[in-house]
Amino acid sequence: MTTLFHYLIFPGLLFALVVGMIASWIERKVTARVQWRVGPPMLQPLYDVMKLFIKENIVPEHAHYLTFAAAPLISFVSAGLAATIIGMSIFFPSSGFQGDLIVVAYLLVIPALSLILGAAASANPLASLGASREMKMVLSYELIFWIALIVAWIKTGGLLNLSLFAVNGAVGASVSGAIAFALMLITMQAKLGRVPFDAAEAETEISGGTYIEYSGPLLGFFKMSQYIMLVAVPALVSIIFLGGASIGKYVILLVLIILAENTNPRLKITQCLRLFWFFLLPVGLIAIILATLGY
Amino acid sequence: MPVINKLNILTKSIWVFHFAAAACNNCDIEILDVLTPRFDAERFGIKLIGSIKHADAMLVSGIVTRKTAHMLKDIYAMAPQPLAVVAFGSCASSQGMFKDSCMRTVPVDEIIPVNAYIPGCPPRPEAIIDGVVKVIKKLRGEI
Repeated sequence: MTTLFHYLIFPGLLFALVVGMIASWIERKVTARVQWRVGPPMLQPLYDVMKLFIKENIVPEHAHYLTFAAAPLISFVSAGLAATIIGMSIFFPSSGFQGDLIVVAYLLVIPALSLILGAAASANPLASLGASREMKMVLSYELIFWIALIVAWIKTGGLLNLSLFAVNGAVGASVSGAIAFALMLITMQAKLGRVPFDAAEAETEISGGTYIEYSGPLLGFFKMSQYIMLVAVPALVSIIFLGGASIGKYVILLVLIILAENTNPRLKITQCLRLFWFFLLPVGLIAIILATLGY
Repeated sequence: MPVINKLNILTKSIWVFHFAAAACNNCDIEILDVLTPRFDAERFGIKLIGSIKHADAMLVSGIVTRKTAHMLKDIYAMAPQPLAVVAFGSCASSQGMFKDSCMRTVPVDEIIPVNAYIPGCPPRPEAIIDGVVKVIKKLRGEI
């Protein structure tokens, strides 16, 4: 019963969703202020989602019905589970278990994978283009994500328990930790699918890409899992590299994401792959070597 | 907290799909003007989106030619209901200067149901906002 409560209400789905909606509003508001606009009202993300649940749900004629309908739900549920484990380690530190970092890292890939699944099942050329791009994005950023995690793992002497990172102090304070933190910031941007790494979505180019065939409630579930990811990923980065999560640290990371989003053009998918594999990978290896040497 | 009813929510978050039938680009540029900092339609939750499956409103601009008429029908059939259609500019509302052209078909409202007309060649951003307000009022049953 308490497990269900934790998953559905407090650090899990509902709480993460509410915080994610506020974060999304901050994102849109800051973007608007950067562009010298007024921006949407605070309840706008809520209105968006509620509206999507009123709208008609259309499944394309040639789409694979089950996969198409299941993908948003899988994405929502797994993002919620990741948010629960991260939230538990923040609010109830004693509930952590050895290896929950690995579990979270795997759970955070599932929204991207289900996006690929749903897009590939929707029988639309632009959606399959988006799916192929999303696949390449996952291949490129996951490598750097795990390298940054390995650096943190070495620096803390083999720590895999999220709630112990806060006790251990900030990993980002050391040389190798700072490099890994910088890599993680770039990875975070890609994991959240924000500009400059939004080639899979690309509103102006392939008109929504992976989301193109989704409408109504199913799109709403994707939106909600995006909101949850916007909470879970920066919180995880904050726990690992900044020595525990707090509102201040989270807002700083959020504003960094938003400013990077507003000051960069979209990278082509080849450029993304080159950036992650050929520029950031050597940097990451250097960080691992520095970490093993104790810097 | 305002009363939660369907129309209240629907009119607070309008995602607009832009269908350029055979527009001369003037209307399209004026649509972008509404999104610029001076008018900032995002204040009201209005946002341009790329896919008709996400749309709550469809702006049809330009003259409907023989090539685009069936596309317009298809796109309208694809859209999730409820959908508001706005005929945008003189060409879409009443065929404008192409009234006697051999390339035109019929006005938009004879192909798909239209909720509002925004006249002008091109309409000014103020006219566009006025049109949107009228659509919202009509949906709420105020006029």
